[in-house]
Formats: sequence, structure tokens, C-alpha cells
Amino acid sequence: MTAARQPVKFYQVGSFAVGNRLLEPAERTVQAGPDRRNSLNSGHRACQGCGEALGARYALDAAMRATAGRLVAVNATGCLEVFSTPYPETSWQIAWLHSLFGNAPAVAAGVAAALRVKGRGDVRVIGQAGDGGTVDIGFGCLSGMFERNDDVLFICYDNEAYMNTGVQRSSATPPAARTATTEAVGPQPGNPFGQGKDLPRLAMAHEIPYVATATVADLHDLEAKVERAMAVHGSRYLHILVPCPLGWEAAPCDTILLARLAAETGLFPVFEAEHGEVVAVSKIRRQRPVEDYLVRQGRFKHLFDETGAPARPDVIGRLQAMADRSIARYGLVDDEPGA
Amino acid sequence: MNEKPFAITLDVGTSLANKTGTWRVERPVYVDRLPPCSGACGAGEDIQGWLYLAEGGDYEGAWRRIMDDNPLPAVMGRACFHPCETECNRVHVDEAVGINSVERFLGDRAIDEGWLPDPPKAATGRRVLVVGSGPGGLSAAYHLRRRGHAVTVMEAAPKPGGMMRYGIPEYRLPRPVVQAEIERIVATGVELVCDAPVTDVVAAMADGGYEAAFVAVGAQLGRGASIPAGDSARVLDAVALLRTAAGGDAPMLGRHVVVYGGGDTAMDAARTARRLGATDAVVVYRRTRDRMPAHDEEVTEAVEEGVRMRWLSTVSEAGDGALTIEKMELDDRGFPQPTGEFEQLEADALVLALGQQADLRLLAGLPDVTVAGGVVEVAESMMTGQPGVFAGGDAVAGDRTLTVAVGHGRRAARAIDAWLRGEPDPTPTPLPPATADRLNPWYYSDASKTVRPHLEAARRRSTFDEVVGGLDESNALYEARRCLSCGNCFECDNCYGVCPDNAVIKLGVGERYRFDYDYCKGCGICAQECPCGAIDMIPEPT
Repeated sequence: MTAARQPVKFYQVGSFAVGNRLLEPAERTVQAGPDRRNSLNSGHRACQGCGEALGARYALDAAMRATAGRLVAVNATGCLEVFSTPYPETSWQIAWLHSLFGNAPAVAAGVAAALRVKGRGDVRVIGQAGDGGTVDIGFGCLSGMFERNDDVLFICYDNEAYMNTGVQRSSATPPAARTATTEAVGPQPGNPFGQGKDLPRLAMAHEIPYVATATVADLHDLEAKVERAMAVHGSRYLHILVPCPLGWEAAPCDTILLARLAAETGLFPVFEAEHGEVVAVSKIRRQRPVEDYLVRQGRFKHLFDETGAPARPDVIGRLQAMADRSIARYGLVDDEPGA
Repeated sequence: MNEKPFAITLDVGTSLANKTGTWRVERPVYVDRLPPCSGACGAGEDIQGWLYLAEGGDYEGAWRRIMDDNPLPAVMGRACFHPCETECNRVHVDEAVGINSVERFLGDRAIDEGWLPDPPKAATGRRVLVVGSGPGGLSAAYHLRRRGHAVTVMEAAPKPGGMMRYGIPEYRLPRPVVQAEIERIVATGVELVCDAPVTDVVAAMADGGYEAAFVAVGAQLGRGASIPAGDSARVLDAVALLRTAAGGDAPMLGRHVVVYGGGDTAMDAARTARRLGATDAVVVYRRTRDRMPAHDEEVTEAVEEGVRMRWLSTVSEAGDGALTIEKMELDDRGFPQPTGEFEQLEADALVLALGQQADLRLLAGLPDVTVAGGVVEVAESMMTGQPGVFAGGDAVAGDRTLTVAVGHGRRAARAIDAWLRGEPDPTPTPLPPATADRLNPWYYSDASKTVRPHLEAARRRSTFDEVVGGLDESNALYEARRCLSCGNCFECDNCYGVCPDNAVIKLGVGERYRFDYDYCKGCGICAQECPCGAIDMIPEPT
């Protein structure tokens, strides 16, 4: 089994950029197209530099292309739902449905069932939610959807906390991160170590046909994974890291940079799995220490002094150990450079 | 009567009604900046511009873009010391782009395909005299002709080309290439007269009815040195040696040849001596290699060919078959000081390469023209103190390279054109530099430079065959595509893709993009993620 995306086989300007005038049109990204769908349209009320708005457009535009526009998206409550649909306005240029916070996977499964009953099996279904709606509140419904192998691609836009309600901790919040419910106080400031869930691995444990992770920093990879997911039937899960300038206390312009650093430090492994087995990983191109990622985010500022030098090397060391563990687990770094 | 579904009171509206541009405190703007390659180019070429065309396989378009500034691409692709590559921002990613070799590829392709320059503009009826048919004179003549002026080039030597023919050795610059590019310039309608030395430029202008003149006579005279020499000692001047060697009339030098000096001419003389049969060619220079004015690749190639170097030495006496050198040492300020230690060195001939100066007698008697230190003083517009008389190339102060001479010719042509029309010199304001810190090199994949195949060192010692080989098409394309396009949009769609608010409008091939300020929230992701640094964030106008 090979990765969804083939690596760039030629050397040229902007090999990793969104588009490239030197490529054949078919090899360009969906986002580079002058006629792309813009499933999530302008005028939405997401914050400046919102990673989730970006990730949702990337994923849904790719899915719309893969299904030739025959697609229904079911949305959980959360930022994505709130900023896109303040009644009576909507930013969605696709068939889109919202019910409750916790039931999006169940509603998506129901939509898929209804379409099947009506003989419209050609219309595909995507369920989508933030990390709160996926990892915490919607998890029971999601696990059931996986277990029944309902024909739905479920996408989690993971920004690592409940951002819409004021940055409360979720079970996807990383250790040591400051949130409104895990303040940076006491000897172990921020979110405690040893808690939380690794949802891509939980999804793999259901042995569903396809599980993948992606970030908004690698569009080519993200689109290829959506396309592959839409070519498969049954339950599929895509976990996309979408930095949040508000909750991460980061500069709005750093959204993509932070997503890239999350992957390049090894803190967020980017991989694909089929039927419970990892089949491909995105190798780290230029490995970076976790400090480079942490120091740009206010939610970790208690780990550094005013000059940006580490003030809590013990805590940073534990986060580095987490990164090292995921690098080892997924084989993100080749032992021999250039191999 | 409410015809809407249950509990619905309003029609579905679009979020386009919500103009999020009002949130903005900073706005992105597209900018063009001066890439370091162009900033360093003595000829003022738009290097990023022609590489952009070459990347897409439009070799003729790329060549025409070079020809806008420099009419000698195939010559330049061989004899230029490419300061562009020294400054190239790609060194921060892997290695500099091989700009010079791509230029050579394009220049050679143009000769092979017989591409011709764009025809000149309509005739203006103005006549301009160019003195000297070296790179500076030919460049001026070409650019003046393009603007529609009638140009006559007067050359003192029997054949045109100046230092391209009589200075730079054949193994660095094959003469058929020089000939082809000169013929192409002449074909645009430039009148070229050889064996026509000009001894008084003002008289020559009056004779021929020329309203302006460009003096590019080169630095043809070798600077002498007062070295005591015995009657039988053989002492030659490097410029004369190179000239006679180029003329096919090679002098007998003997087996041991000492070249005195540390510039490119010294290297050329030593390498030429090797080719003329010297088993031992030694360069004697009073300082150290790092202080040598010669370009590094010339020194490297000379050493590869077996030329020996004697650093920190001066020649104090030349005798029969041997000469005396004195060892030097550098003082605190880096100047060489004599040590009083002497040594004998075998030498059948001593070649002096201690610098050159221009023969500027043609400007003598002009009261407002200042000649000092062997060069003529010129303004920014290249005009001398005599109105209508311009000068450039090695005859004026500056780096004495082919590239700088071509640049002088171009600048002078622009100034002469303005002067003929009675307008001030239109010196364009340079763009701010595209520095490396503005780039986002993540987006460029790693690719090392294609190294031009070098002739086997053993082979080149005995012949005047060209030393450095060219690139084939696939290599040249690969090399061109390594360009980072510093500071100039290359339409990679990154801004268009990374905007969370779809506030970048793609205008189509060659038209770049436009920001939709109705919806742009000013987050700055586009500027941060622009690979080539072509977007600035500026405060929102109030």
C-alpha cells in the first residue's frame, strides 16, 4: 500500500506551494483552480487567520470535486457551525445540515441511510465537527457509527479545545497548555499530563476502512487523503489539525506555520491507516525541537521566560519525549538521511 | 400568508452580506522587489524575469528578455564572473542557481536557431559615434540603434570585439561565439568600421556629423614597473602577450615563465603560457590569495592546470634565465612589507600583469574633460565634462569586467537618447531589495546546482579548447527552475489557496492576483506564507 500522495518527483520552484503553473492541470490542487467550489464562502465570522475555516474549505472543496458535487455535510455544534451560519446568513455553498453538538455522527449515519433507502446511493455524506464534538461530546455516536461501518466520512477539525465557548479544555488539549479550565498555575501549570485521547488511534481500533491525519500546512497531502477517503465506502475518519489563533494565543498569520511545526516536531504525526493498520506516514522533512513550536503560542508561555528562553525545561522535556515517542511509533524520521 | 416552512421567518441569506473587510487593521499588498541577482548584475539584467520564462520552456522569450539589457548573452554566459550567483538567495536553501550557465544555454540556443533581435524603432535621423567595438561600445551601439538612432562604431584594430577578441583567452571565450553575437548586432543596422583609430573625438564627430559620442576604448596599455633587468632578460607585457596569442602569432616564451601580478589578466597570462608550451608557469604576487583581485574560479582553474603560485613575493631583479624575488610579509594593516630575504627563481621570461590603463589621447585638449589615474571621469549618466561626449567600460572607474562594460553601454545609450531629445537622464529609482529573510524557503524543494562539465584538466593544458562546458536542455531547465523568484510573484497560487476568507482573486495566467478588501480580514497568512516575499502587510489607510 502506498501513500495517498506521491512525492514530488521533480525539482522546481514552489514544489510545496498550492499551485504551480508548470504542472499539468490535473496534477494541481483543487484549491489552485480558478473555479474551485469555495464550499465555505467569504463573509463568515471566523476570527482572523482561522485554521478551521481554512481546513473545512480545503476538505470540502476536495470532497465536492471527488463526488462531482453530490455531497451532503452534517455539522456538529461548534465554531464552524456558529461562524458560518448566523441566521439567516449562511456561508455554505453545499448541502449542509446542523442538528446538535453531540449527535453529528448519528445524524450523518441517518442521512446516509435515508439516501440509501431513497435509492440515492450516489450522494455521499460527510460528518464534521471540532475536537469537542468529536473527541468528547460526540464520541459515543461516532464510535457507534464506526462500529456499524456506516458509509460516512467523518472529519474532525482539531483545534485542541472548546474555542467557541471561551477556550475550555477538551480531551484533545495537549499537556501543559493553558486553557480557561486549566490555568497556568501551580507546580504543574496548564493541562495535566497523562490525560486526553488519541482519536485517530481509537478510530483505528474500530478497524474501519480508512483513518488518516492531516494538517492545513500540507494541502497536497490533505486533498489526496480526502480524495482517497471518498473513493472508499464504509466508515472513514480524517483528523485535521487546525491551529486557532484565539485559543492558542498565537499571531493570526502563524496559523499555517504552527500546523507545519506541529508536524515537523513530531507532536502531530501525519499518517494513513487502513483497517486498523498504518499504511503510510508523512516523513518529517526538517525536524525541529518542540520549543520552536511551543514558544510561538501564548498557551505555552508559562514554559518560557520573557526572553523566550525555556523556564520549565522539565515540562518541555516531557513534551519533547511525547514527540520522540510519536516519531518512533510512526517512523517519522528516516535513520539514514536522504534514504 | 406565510409560505415559508414551519418556524422559518426569513429567507436564506448569504454571508456575502457580511463585509468582514471592516475588521482589518493591516492590509496585504502585492509588491515587486529587486532580486539580489539583478542588484548585483553589472549589466542590469532582469535575471528573475528571464529565468521565469526559461522555467516554462519559453527559451526565445527568455533570450529576448536578456536582449532587452544585454546584446551578448552567449559571451556573457562564458566570460562573466557572475556576481549574480554570489548574491543568490538560494545559497540559504542549498546552492546558488547556476544563472550564468542558463544564460549561456540561451545564448547558444539563439545562435543555433538564428533568433534575431526585435527590429529598431523608426529612424530618428540622429547620428551617434561609438569609439571602440568592445563589449561596452557594442552594447551602446545596440541600444542606441534599438532606439532608432544611426550609429557608427569605429574600431582601431583590424577585427571587432575589443577585449573579447584580444584580451580574454580563447579557452574561456571561443571566437566564433564572439563573431556570431557581433554580426547579430551589426545586422540591426549598426555601421561598423575597423582599422579606424580615432585620435580626436571632437574632430571625428565634426567630420561625420555625429551629435553625440560614446568612448569605450578599453584599457589596452599594460602598466609598467621599474624592475632592473639584465640585457638578455626577456620581459613582456601580459596584455600584449594575450593580444598576440589571440592573433595566432604566439611568442616564444621558453620553459619557465613567471607572471607578475594577481589579477585576472595574470591568471589568463599564466594559463596561456602553459598552453604555449611552458612546463612551469609561476604567478608571483605580493600579497596572499584572499587579497588577490583575480576572481576565485580563475585562480582555481589555473591551479588545476598546474600553474604555481608564489604568494607574498615581489620581483626585484630580472636576469638571464632567472630572476630574484624578495619575500614579503603583511603588516598590521594588511599591506605587504619587504623582509630583506631574497630567492632565485628560474625564468626564461617575465610577464608583467600589473594592471592596465586606457589610452585616452583622443580626449586630449578638451578643457572640461578630466582624466585622472588612467581613467576619464564621468557623471552618473556616463557623460564626460564635454557635453555630448560619453565614456564607459574600462576607460572609466569601476570594475573592469565585460559585464560592467555592457552595463555602461546600456546606461550611456539611455542617457544619450535623453540628451539628444534635450531631456534629463532618466535614471530609474531601484526597487527595494528582496532579501533572504523575506522568503519562505519551505516551499522550495531541495535541489543542488548542476555543475557544468569541466574539460579534463590534462586536456586543457595543451589546447585552447573551451574549458567550461555548457548545459543541455534538461539541465538548463532544471537549473532555471531552481530560481526562487525572490521578491517577484511567480503565480504559485499560495496566497490564493491559504486565505481562510477566499479574499484573493486569481486573475489568470500572467495577470497574477488581486485582494478582495471587502472580505480580507488582514490576518497576514498570505504574506507569511508567500514563498518569494512578494506580499507586504501595511497599516490600513484611515
